[in-house]
Amino acid sequence: MINKISPSVEQALAEIHDGATVMIGGFGGAGQPAELIDGLIAQGAKDLVIVNNNAGNAEIGLAALLKTGRVRKIICSFPRQADSYVFDELYRSGKIELELVPQGNLAERIRAAGAGIGAFFTPTGFGTELAKGKETREINGRQYVLEHPIFADFALIKAETGDRWGNLVYRKTARNFGPVMATAAKATIASVHNIAELGSIDPETVVTPGIFVKHIVKVPRTATGPAGFKAA
Amino acid sequence: MSETTTSTPAWTRDQIAARVAQDIPDGAVVNLGIGLPTKVANHLPDDREVILHSENGVIGMGPAPAKGEEDYDLINAGKQPVTLLPGGCFFHHADSFAMMRGGHLDVCVLGAFQVSVKGDLANWSTGAPDAIPAVGGAMDLAIGAKKTYVMMDLLTKTGESKLVDACTYPVTGIGCVSRLYTDVAVIDLTPQGAQVIDLVDGLSFEDLQKLTPVKLTDART
Repeated sequence: MINKISPSVEQALAEIHDGATVMIGGFGGAGQPAELIDGLIAQGAKDLVIVNNNAGNAEIGLAALLKTGRVRKIICSFPRQADSYVFDELYRSGKIELELVPQGNLAERIRAAGAGIGAFFTPTGFGTELAKGKETREINGRQYVLEHPIFADFALIKAETGDRWGNLVYRKTARNFGPVMATAAKATIASVHNIAELGSIDPETVVTPGIFVKHIVKVPRTATGPAGFKAA
Repeated sequence: MSETTTSTPAWTRDQIAARVAQDIPDGAVVNLGIGLPTKVANHLPDDREVILHSENGVIGMGPAPAKGEEDYDLINAGKQPVTLLPGGCFFHHADSFAMMRGGHLDVCVLGAFQVSVKGDLANWSTGAPDAIPAVGGAMDLAIGAKKTYVMMDLLTKTGESKLVDACTYPVTGIGCVSRLYTDVAVIDLTPQGAQVIDLVDGLSFEDLQKLTPVKLTDART
């Protein structure tokens, strides 16, 4: 019998090894799998490469992971936030490597990895500093930059509901990078707030088919909090 | 801007936003960049149905929720809580940027540090060596929509023109801006150069020309 439900965060994360590339879902706080990140901190893997849209807020979640000093490099689009001081300090003191990627290129490079695409030409970034040194090509009169996939060993994502086959449904804009990251990692671990009986999720609403998911683990529902902006 | 110490007449931020909103047609799908452009949403005429897209995976975005009703799983690109209108929906990031890069958005309104007469946009980095770099969706937005509009003051706080012959700040996109809404004029950037299509009351075309090194043409009708 297939059963992807892990009894604990600890067991779900047990395979993560030193030097791993780990994608972490979320856009600011929305979709950030806080319990899995806390679990990764407790688990202790080091020399990590992290892929996320941002670089953490305040001292929780991803920022707390960065603070442990176990992240060698981060690949992201928007590290600078009103409350990204943990990353800012590590970056300024040269303790973390940054690969800055335009957000759409980040999403598409992740998608390409999951979809078996060798590389792709995109108009985004052409003529800018972020395309320096990259191959370019004119296609039908428009200029494009060659971008390569971003693969990961693990993806940690947050979904709303899952079943024992690993099918996932998300909640509102917390979906963001979850579905593409799930396709690009060798092993995807999803936290969910509900475990559904197999067959009880309407198959028309499944966003991430279970084939892309290795483990799911239930975590208590807590409301996502504000992150990443200066409150008015 | 309305607090400017010079005597130059200027539109307020809300007046600029209202001027942008005037040019957004019924049925358009629009992305409003972080900051000043978000004000445009407050000025869309009631008789037009305009659909707002946000890069983090939502289309049909509604206004901010009432205090106490915030749901931080439903946020905009600025990570502030928003609402969903009937008919709105969610999608993942690769689909969201396909909407942008694929030319499916009608209009994108962005802020800028500089815009060149050729339509080059600089809005992601000042190039300061000690700054934490961050780009987000700026480069995708700049080149993706059918029309990219910029909303900005014509001058910096120290009085330099932000409309330039060539950007000195790092560029976000090449030749992508078609229209500039500033606090003193609305300027079309065309293959024939910068054409002024609207000017704030009390400022002559000649005085406007003195504010920028870019050669302007008076195209007001």
